[in-house]
Amino acid sequence: MSYRDWLVGTVVSTTQQTPNAKSIVLDVPGWHGSAAGQHVDVRLTAPDGYSAVRAYSLASTGPGHQVELAVDLIDDGEVSPYLVEELRAGDQLEFRGPIGRWFVWKPEQTAPVQLIAGGSGVVPLLAMIRAHTAAASTVPMRLLYSVRSPADRFFAEELAATTNVDITLVYTREAPDGWPAAPGRVTRDVIAAATTPASENPAVFVCGPTGFVEAVATSLVELGHDPVAVKTERFGGS
Amino acid sequence: MAIFSRGFTGRPREAQPDLPPGQFLTEDFPVLSAGPTPTIAQADWSFTIKTELGATHSWSWDELHALPIEDVHTDIHCVTRWSKLATNWRGVSLDTLFAGVESSYDYVMVHATGGYTTNLPLEDLLDGKAWIATEFEGEPLEPDHGGPARMIVPHLYFWKSTKWVRGITMQRNDSPGFWEQNGYHTYGNPWREERYS
Ligand SMILES: Cc1cc2nc3c(=O)[nH]c(=O)nc-3n(C[C@H](O)[C@H](O)[C@H](O)COP(=O)(O)OP(=O)(O)OC[C@H]3O[C@@H](n4cnc5c(N)ncnc54)[C@H](O)[C@@H]3O)c2cc1C
Repeated sequence: MSYRDWLVGTVVSTTQQTPNAKSIVLDVPGWHGSAAGQHVDVRLTAPDGYSAVRAYSLASTGPGHQVELAVDLIDDGEVSPYLVEELRAGDQLEFRGPIGRWFVWKPEQTAPVQLIAGGSGVVPLLAMIRAHTAAASTVPMRLLYSVRSPADRFFAEELAATTNVDITLVYTREAPDGWPAAPGRVTRDVIAAATTPASENPAVFVCGPTGFVEAVATSLVELGHDPVAVKTERFGGS
Repeated sequence: MAIFSRGFTGRPREAQPDLPPGQFLTEDFPVLSAGPTPTIAQADWSFTIKTELGATHSWSWDELHALPIEDVHTDIHCVTRWSKLATNWRGVSLDTLFAGVESSYDYVMVHATGGYTTNLPLEDLLDGKAWIATEFEGEPLEPDHGGPARMIVPHLYFWKSTKWVRGITMQRNDSPGFWEQNGYHTYGNPWREERYS
């Protein structure tokens, strides 16, 4: 079995993550685990044989035959509405992977790690946080996480309970009561104030909608980060 | 044999003979890059071909624009499964750039700002198959799409069309470039779905 073969997983459970997004846990006989940051190709097939394939990052990491994805519903989308609204426990889902060897964090890496996510872009970064926890890594790891409102946080409870990673939330539309900052985007000033500086040579992982990644990665380079140390995953959209 | 997805019908669709297997049409222009988008001034840009004989052939921005510029009308196919049909580019053919280059090697490594590389057989760059493009749909090429200049090799998956292209080194063997070392196919023919290695 290679990662080029299509595997069939059975949905074990789905969990509402935000008003628009669900996480999906699958049981996949023959799965050999994945490194943190990798993704799979998910394939849906209609009764006439037509199929549609999209990439989804793995929130799960390490060995084991359970796989976790988290999918944000894109309004006029073809695949994400099906995964969020139709798919349920007991259904089968085809995919292949794990794919990608660049946007990957491994516990043996020793540089401090700065993670920066927008919305569903937190999925592969959560895998890195989980890998960090599982390895009891002592490498400093920080997450800057941008979401529209408190309800839009993916994996909110798990992140709140995470103690080995320094987490900063940025709310772009609506902040919780008493939040010290007004809602706003992740600007260069926000990045400068809330992330590991370039002088500490962190490995930086940026993930989210394409526009978010473009803006953040540009700011990081302006703040002195070596472009080669900034790894990006663009999920699409503008 | 694929399994059917209960309750999935997919988008309304017509047969698309121009679409390679596993691709879907998009109207917008998604961005796939491994890192930040570099900003490169035209004045700082140049393009160089290096051979095993030690010769280098180099063009500045102005020298490139003094060469014949061709209109390229083509479909493009990204390994992340989107395709755009009937796109319009302007650029200089690799045939023009290779006209005075002598080499006995059959492969090339294409280099970009930022250290990215991709490998190709030389024959995939010649005979009207590849260009150094500086315009897309009548406008100067935007930095996030590879501006000021990218290679386009439209008959292969689009990661072979190096953004922010700076040069070519002739190589004896088909040694893998950046994406090819990171899990992508060494050749990348979309009609044979050569996505991953
Ligand atoms: C490597 C990789 C990993 C990914 N991981 C995840 C993940 O973990 N979770 C997740 O939810 N998504 C992820 N995505 C995005 C996912 O692959 C799909 O693009 C997304 O679910 C939309 O698919 P769709 O079929 O619903 O929409 P489509 O039918 O493909 O598109 C419908 C419209 O929405 C636009 N659009 C497409 N993607 C987005 C987007 N991300 N944001 C805004 N508009 C968009 C399109 O341009 C189009 O106009 C990932 C993408 C990549 C490349």
